[in-house]
Amino acid sequence: MVYGAKSGHIGGSLSATDILAVLYANVLKHDPARPDWPERDRFIMSKGHCTPVQYAVLAELGYLPVDELDTFRRSGTRLQGHSVLGKPPGVENTAGSLGMGLSFGLGIRLAARLQGLDSCVYVMMGDGEQDEGQIWEAAMAASHHGIDRFVGLLDRNGIQNDDFTATTMGTEPLDEKYRSFGWEVRSGVDGHDLGAVEEALTWARDVRGAPACIIFDTVKGKGVSFMEGNPKFHGAPPDDEQFAQAMAELADED
Amino acid sequence: MTATPLAAAATREALGPALISLQQSGLDIMVCDADLGNSTTARAFREQFPDRFFSFGIAEQNMVSAAAGMATMGHSVFVSTFAVFAEHAFDQLRMSVAQPNLNVTFVASHGGVSPGEDGASAQSIEDIAVMGSLVNFRVIVPADVVEAAAAVEVAARTPGPFYIRTARAKAPILYTDGPRFELGKANVMRDGGDVTIISYGMLVERALAAAELLAADGVDARVLNMATIRPLDVDALEAAARETGAIVVAEEHLTHSGLGAMAAQTLATRQPVPMEFVGVEDRYGESGTWSEVLEIMGLTVPNIVTATKRAVARKA
Repeated sequence: MVYGAKSGHIGGSLSATDILAVLYANVLKHDPARPDWPERDRFIMSKGHCTPVQYAVLAELGYLPVDELDTFRRSGTRLQGHSVLGKPPGVENTAGSLGMGLSFGLGIRLAARLQGLDSCVYVMMGDGEQDEGQIWEAAMAASHHGIDRFVGLLDRNGIQNDDFTATTMGTEPLDEKYRSFGWEVRSGVDGHDLGAVEEALTWARDVRGAPACIIFDTVKGKGVSFMEGNPKFHGAPPDDEQFAQAMAELADED
Repeated sequence: MTATPLAAAATREALGPALISLQQSGLDIMVCDADLGNSTTARAFREQFPDRFFSFGIAEQNMVSAAAGMATMGHSVFVSTFAVFAEHAFDQLRMSVAQPNLNVTFVASHGGVSPGEDGASAQSIEDIAVMGSLVNFRVIVPADVVEAAAAVEVAARTPGPFYIRTARAKAPILYTDGPRFELGKANVMRDGGDVTIISYGMLVERALAAAELLAADGVDARVLNMATIRPLDVDALEAAARETGAIVVAEEHLTHSGLGAMAAQTLATRQPVPMEFVGVEDRYGESGTWSEVLEIMGLTVPNIVTATKRAVARKA
């Protein structure tokens, strides 16, 4: 997708891929045949540049034809570079400007609670995104309103647009920050250990009386040796040679 | 300075009672507040419907994005705070609300220079430009409390986002026979054939006062209340230009980016006529009573009269 479009955010997509795969396959209550099913859980992609993994997962599940992935970022496509609500059905929010997804999910969960729905809302955020003040407004409001079934998924891959997160803006300790904002927190979860991911997601879904945050330790560019931990692959596509190597490495993993 | 007629009510006072009655009438309203619900009057809703009223604290960005999330669940969501604080959440209004075209109405009280004594930081003289730049948003500034209540109801019953600017200061009721508000339609407040004065909000009353003075000088001025600024009633604008041959726009906003600029752009292609503008020139305000600040900023009846005579003199 990213190679074909010659642009797109591959690094933060690969770091989140295992988490999304487990979430959609084994935890999220959803039905690709009924994307507007009122009782469904909601997945909110706050780090809206990571559409490659979002569209890939939705295509795998039947929300859109797999062939359509080739239109990513191209003129006339439904698959814009950053998430757009309803395009395709299954995308629950518009994103791109960072920091808004947790608030958007909070509004959904508050409304769901009023309606007596037990729908769980999962919000995926980046660790660079934690720089945004709005995240902390939402974190404060979530515990103030005493909501549960509200889960923050923090993809801590350690890299943001320009550089490593620690160099750009120190946000640690994130676990203590979320705890002090009234959240139940699991940190140090290996975001590429499928069993650990599922166990943590199940735990978070079942937390009652407070919002829950899982801080996943992940590797940016996971699965492709030259992308792993490399800030260059936040928003840059691979060239021909790199693409061939990446596909070979990913095929080997299977 | 002209004497202000007997004060009746501030447009902001329409919000709380209107929301309560709309919810009672069967609409599905949710209200979001950022610690100013007493001032915007939205807090009255809380007494009746506490589970539908959400306090977000002094955190407008979170409030706006959360309101957008609520709207995806089928509710008509009202958000209110002061107009200047709406601008604090501009990108949230853009990306969370405007782009997905969600049912969120932002009622921005203390609009224009009505927070007088609070000074420049509290006075919104750029909000029409800012909110008018958002695709899908309807921008409304009611001229009195009757029209404000009608605008709130229309926003609640109409899908998509709205920005409604209300004011702090008490002002006379113009629509004593009931509201004539219609979304996207200008309201003829006074007919006339020599020139048209177009205004909105608190300056409509001043435009009418100017028209009275002009009549004494033999100038027959039409007065339009352009309560809906977006979408602009281009037909009324074009008709006014064609039928009266000159246009004056009077507004509590920066002249370079408010209704005057939008009207001039429309008329430049449809029906170019001499135009004059009464508004805030390139400056910020200062402390004073509302009337004093209007005077300091040049938003006075004599200035509207002078500008109107200038427009008439420029007619071919």
